Amino acid sequence: MMTTEVSTIGIAHDEVVEHPSTIEVQTFGFWIYLMSDLIIFATLFATFGVLGRNYAGGPTGKDLFDLTYTLGETMFLLVSSAAFGLVMLAVRDGRKKLVLMGLAVTFLLGLGFVLMEINEFYGLVAEGNGPDRSAFLSSFFTLVGTHGTHVTFGLIWMGTMMAQVAIKGLTSPVQSRLMRLSMFWHFLDIVWIGIFTIVYLMGVMS
Amino acid sequence: MSQSAIDRTGMSRGSLTSYLTGFVLSLILTAIPFALVMSGIWSYAATLAAIFSAGVVQILVHLHYFLHLDTSSDVRWNVVALLYTFFIMALFVGGSLWIMYNLHWRTM
Repeated sequence: MMTTEVSTIGIAHDEVVEHPSTIEVQTFGFWIYLMSDLIIFATLFATFGVLGRNYAGGPTGKDLFDLTYTLGETMFLLVSSAAFGLVMLAVRDGRKKLVLMGLAVTFLLGLGFVLMEINEFYGLVAEGNGPDRSAFLSSFFTLVGTHGTHVTFGLIWMGTMMAQVAIKGLTSPVQSRLMRLSMFWHFLDIVWIGIFTIVYLMGVMS
Repeated sequence: MSQSAIDRTGMSRGSLTSYLTGFVLSLILTAIPFALVMSGIWSYAATLAAIFSAGVVQILVHLHYFLHLDTSSDVRWNVVALLYTFFIMALFVGGSLWIMYNLHWRTM
């Protein structure tokens, strides 16, 4: 084990405080960012909660959503999230090739999700059910689209990290970035649980 | 390297077991509400309660098995920040719905 740097606080007897490592500070800082991102999604969920039943005589969720299709998207994202967990195990073991392979699998699964969502949005807009159709669809596209944009940027980040792992190897800063990307990826899957439940399942029920 | 750089962060304590457990539980907690809504065998209220419960439990499963949040000291501030965020979220979502539905009934 590595020796941990300790400092003693003058006033407290026998109490030592461990300095957090750079990675710990970076990880916590990124967690605070994710919390602020969660606030953004909370406002979009609140907007959808208020506007989501105002169809303006247009189609409802029941008319538009195909739950089996949404289940497919959910599976892509869930398997991708679990796969990133396994990538982090390989990172910890320092197995570079396995990390690259795992990241490629995670990337493709995430890409599958984004493509399915683009296809869904395209189909809706092509049939005249774009965000301009009703308050329901405006809030739907804003909420689901913001999540999809996050996943897309996660994919760009993941591509960047694959290049960094390949070129730089699993250095300390690269590991730290992979750690934060994994948190981002799990976080987006958690937000999707909310979307799947509130937008799709509830939308089909009404 | 014998000691990986991320070993000291509280959020990297995952094991193969934790990820697989989380994954299987998530599959079950996705399948149950999906089956309930697709089949429509329960009443509206019961189905609603069930899909919300499954959603909340699945979020907890993700937080525990994928993000490794628990009550241990090395992730304490992550949990504190998360709980505070949940509080703000409840204010935003609950407050918005309360005010807007009140307005709706007063003005319609």
